[in-house]
Amino acid sequence: MSEALARLDADAAEIIGRYPRSRSALLPLLHLVQSEEGYVSDDGIAFCARHLGLTEAEVSAVVSFYTMYKRCPVGEYHVGVCTNTLCAIMGGDQILAGLREHLGVGDDEPTGDGKVSLEHVECNAACDYAPVVMVNWEFFDNMTPESAKELVDGLRAGAPAVPSRGAPHLATWKQAARILAGFPDDQATGGNTAGHATLAGLRIAREHGWTPDDGGGQ
Amino acid sequence: MTSVLIPTLTAHWDDPDSFTLAGYRRAGGYQGLPKALAMDPDQVIQAVKESGLRGRGGAGFPTGVKWGFIPQGDGKPHYLVINADESEPGTCKDIPLMLAVPQALIEGAIIAAYAIRANRAFIYVRGEVLHVIRRLHHAVAEAYAAGYLGENILGSGFSLDLTVHAGAGAYECGEETALLDSLEGFRGQPRLKPPFPAIAGLYACPTVVNNVESIASVPYILRHGAAAFSALGTERSKGFGIFSLTGHVTTPGQYEAPLGVTLRELLNLAGGVRAGHSLKFWTPGGSSTPIFTDEHLDVPLDFEGAGAAGSMLGTRALQIFDETTCVVRATLRWTEFYQHESCGKCTPCREGTYWMVRVLDRLDRGVGTDEDLDKLLDICDNIAGRAFCPFGDGAISPVVSSIKYFRDEFIEHFKRGGCPFDPAAATVWADGGQ
Repeated sequence: MSEALARLDADAAEIIGRYPRSRSALLPLLHLVQSEEGYVSDDGIAFCARHLGLTEAEVSAVVSFYTMYKRCPVGEYHVGVCTNTLCAIMGGDQILAGLREHLGVGDDEPTGDGKVSLEHVECNAACDYAPVVMVNWEFFDNMTPESAKELVDGLRAGAPAVPSRGAPHLATWKQAARILAGFPDDQATGGNTAGHATLAGLRIAREHGWTPDDGGGQ
Repeated sequence: MTSVLIPTLTAHWDDPDSFTLAGYRRAGGYQGLPKALAMDPDQVIQAVKESGLRGRGGAGFPTGVKWGFIPQGDGKPHYLVINADESEPGTCKDIPLMLAVPQALIEGAIIAAYAIRANRAFIYVRGEVLHVIRRLHHAVAEAYAAGYLGENILGSGFSLDLTVHAGAGAYECGEETALLDSLEGFRGQPRLKPPFPAIAGLYACPTVVNNVESIASVPYILRHGAAAFSALGTERSKGFGIFSLTGHVTTPGQYEAPLGVTLRELLNLAGGVRAGHSLKFWTPGGSSTPIFTDEHLDVPLDFEGAGAAGSMLGTRALQIFDETTCVVRATLRWTEFYQHESCGKCTPCREGTYWMVRVLDRLDRGVGTDEDLDKLLDICDNIAGRAFCPFGDGAISPVVSSIKYFRDEFIEHFKRGGCPFDPAAATVWADGGQ
């Protein structure tokens, strides 16, 4: 058991305390160990098993099912390009091909400086902003092959871009994992509430005078 | 002119503080909850039944009826679990809803939990949406601080604890029993039904699993009355819903309208298919709903209308593809998705999606044959109705429907020995602009 993980005992206890039955804490605990080590190591699996009274095999079986858990280190900024049908057709395939060539890495493989890794992701529920790229699970909307290259160059140069609809300061991979474990940072009130496409229907309804009959404070 | 759109859930999404408790209250939020708490829980269930609200996660099961299945006086804890695992390809309505008005979801959750006599609720949100997760945690914290969550809510004697739980990347967890297994700390694989979650759900206790938009619609019903909700929509598909227009459309985005609106009406408002192009095919409710073509522009987009025309309303994820799109490529990609996401529990889905990808890939590369089309349809026959959960039926929808409407295009691929389309022409930047 690494020292780093030992520090997380209190966090683990807090997570387990959120649930009526301890095993429900397994997914957030795995996010927690990933927030410390950047991936789910054998030590991380042992840590979860110890806290939940499970075997390491039982924990491993869960880890391997979920794509967000990585068994090897990824970059400080993990870039996911949506290549599900709609994004792929709108240009996601070209974006992914361009980034693969530009970075020279395979799926989940970090660049030599450890800054960026790349993955193709499935639909991330932002199709009205296709093609979409995710960085550490924040939205970068309406991307092009060129803007995607600028994005990763900025990440490698230590100048992360601001997400289209997300926190003002892009979290690192480990910081993001800690939020997923249920320990949010203080950026919830930052960033916008809705992007341009999100509001398309609302704008058009107002142009037509189809205003809501909800008595709300218009 | 009759309102085609009816912003309700979306009405305040552009308020800069819509996601805060103060912003939500200023927009009329938390007026439904006191009304609910003043009623008997069974009356709340009755009101939701009378509203006609049907599940907004795709299946369209009547929400109030689902709540009514929860046994009462059984001495077991009851649970409310909100399915915020929005992952159906093309579906992008719950994520913006939770970013903009997370308190609507929480108010609905409190009302729903009160109705089914649950003191514990969970929001199972997909993990790949970091800012949404921040907003949910923030909203829950604000609701606790204001006395909307916790002990003795608004002095009613009713108590509720609500936990935000982030998933870890698995489409299958959107299926309600797989979601429950995942929430219990297992691989997200579906359970045999019956027993249904209403009898044996989370920790084998009575559980309601509802979609985000379903729950977020509940405060409106309590605040304005079931009749106000059921006055909208069509005979058997009541109320409003968020329609997501995406792809080759001039103005993609979220359009909230009464159920029964048509794609023609929505496209007219959205500036039509992108300039210089024409509609080829579209999905009415995500990739698991059979595709439609330009013949279906006037199909009423309600549960009955979409069904009668050979598809399903699903999640109202209207993915628009113009004539530059290769339907074989689109179908292959969707099928690769289903293969990737198949949980592996049952053979028809696990093996069927694997082999469908192989055959479709051959067809896409132009080295397939007539027999391959029959083979594909035969595999689909062997998946349909034979998979453990609805995933299998969803996986064959794009395959069966694309062969039905575009068989000639499949044949053209192997006649020419390759794809007749240029992928570059389909991109957003193909015509020189975003």
